[in-house]
Amino acid sequence: MSRGLMNKGKLGVAGNASAVVLGVAVLAAVAGPRLAPDNPTLPNLQIAWVGPMAGHLLGFDFEGRDVLSRLLAGAQSSMLGPLVVVALAMAGGAVFALTAAWRRGATDAVISSGLDVLFAFPGILLAVLATTVFGAGLTAAAVALAIAYLPYVARVLRSGALRERNQPYVQALEVQGVSVTRICLRHVLPNMSRIFVAQATVLFGYAMVDLAAISFLGLGVQPPAANWGVMISENEPGILQGYPLPALAAGVCVVAVVIAVNVLGERLLDKAVR
Amino acid sequence: MLAGSLLVASFVIFGALYLAPGSALAALSGGRALPAASIAILDQRYHLNAPFLAQYWYWLDNAVHGNLGISITLRENVSTLIGNRIWTTAGLVLYASLIICVLGIGLGVLAGLRPGWLDTSALVTTAVTAAIPSFVASIVLLLVFAVKLGWFPALATGGGGFRTDVKTFTLPAVALALSSLAIVARVTRAAIREEADKEHVQTAISRGIPPRQVISRHILRNAAIPITTVSAITVASLIAVSAVVETAFSMNGIGAYLVQAAQSKDLAVVQGISLVLVTAFVVVNLLADVLYAVLDPRVKLGTKAS
Repeated sequence: MSRGLMNKGKLGVAGNASAVVLGVAVLAAVAGPRLAPDNPTLPNLQIAWVGPMAGHLLGFDFEGRDVLSRLLAGAQSSMLGPLVVVALAMAGGAVFALTAAWRRGATDAVISSGLDVLFAFPGILLAVLATTVFGAGLTAAAVALAIAYLPYVARVLRSGALRERNQPYVQALEVQGVSVTRICLRHVLPNMSRIFVAQATVLFGYAMVDLAAISFLGLGVQPPAANWGVMISENEPGILQGYPLPALAAGVCVVAVVIAVNVLGERLLDKAVR
Repeated sequence: MLAGSLLVASFVIFGALYLAPGSALAALSGGRALPAASIAILDQRYHLNAPFLAQYWYWLDNAVHGNLGISITLRENVSTLIGNRIWTTAGLVLYASLIICVLGIGLGVLAGLRPGWLDTSALVTTAVTAAIPSFVASIVLLLVFAVKLGWFPALATGGGGFRTDVKTFTLPAVALALSSLAIVARVTRAAIREEADKEHVQTAISRGIPPRQVISRHILRNAAIPITTVSAITVASLIAVSAVVETAFSMNGIGAYLVQAAQSKDLAVVQGISLVLVTAFVVVNLLADVLYAVLDPRVKLGTKAS
């Protein structure tokens, strides 16, 4: 990852701009609540829908809260949620892919057909089911999305793992009596790191959109907690009433991060395939 | 394969909601205390004391016969409730699919066949639109075309003749189609470009075959397989995303109803709609497989297209 990102000039203008956008978003996710100039959850209905002014660059939302503060505070759940989804899906996908590639035969067949059934469940539907059972919230939705993404991740990683499995270095290590776990963790996975990172980056964009959609539907992060998806849904009435800025600002945040992630993911994928 | 996936999927749907906390009896009674006689009747009618697998079997048997149980909030047949709303969702998804197939594939073919400014601008535009989620597209379209320009109604209630329906469904359908349209256009362009660079196309051109025929018989025909794949995947994905667009436009479809039911823990409705959505998803994928066999004589039905 660091090598891929630090290679200046190779990313191009779009790549550099994407890196900047992502850097700002990560900074907001880490330090957002402390950077927020105002209290992001304390309502003041007297200044609801008031437009931008000095000190409040994006104005106030439907409950009179500073929109910029809410965007900064909302960065945390908006960025951390997808990160958890990606981590879970990649870890689970790697375990399934490596097991299938190593055992092959019946184990591979069982894993592959089990994952095929999961294909029938769109991510959002699985998340809705999970929130029905466990109650609305980010955790249930994130775990459900990770499970829905598993087949896609496992399929890509499995073909990579099969390719590594047939390399002479793996046979050499096996002859030396190195344990399977150690071969996988210390040798095979590091060799797959490029495709791994590229896949994770692309997945982050999908996870961000799906999780924001779930929060938009009212099944993810619960108000008054700040979150970009929640902000779009709670400020949607403003669109019809002539105060579109709060909802649009949150929408721009989601789109900017997703574009940045897609651009970087595409570059990384090009390098991984080459 | 189709029946197998559906059976496992129905088991997952039933099993997941069976695990939901709270007793089924409390859900049926609405939390009221019931006399022992009523409890006995409910136990018998809903097989509440039967083992899990037996309950699954009763549910599945009923579902296959069109009986999806009773909504605990509206006290009506789930099948009727779904039936009242399913055409909104079906219309929305079909309209969006049409937009994707016509504009997405059209744009991709144009950009693929004509390198230059059209291609470059299509690449940049689609890179941006591919990243616009349906709920963001919804609010932007509402703002521009319903509030500022007033061309389309802001609330898509439907039910006023075909022309009115087309008008009310246009903004939601575009919102639903937008990001998929961009993805389909990009994949189509790449497929056309790859096919156009192949030797058989060069040979056809050098043999003096008219460009029109080269495009239709050599390029489009061969590029059709990846284009069908991506179109089918994106159209299938619309089925779930329609819930988001229906909610954004306050439409009365089964997607928005699923979300309401999930919030009010109306389990029978969640089960019923999930089953309908998963079935639709699997059927669209099956249709894509049939289409492969039509497009590519090498593909036999029942085997996976590679």
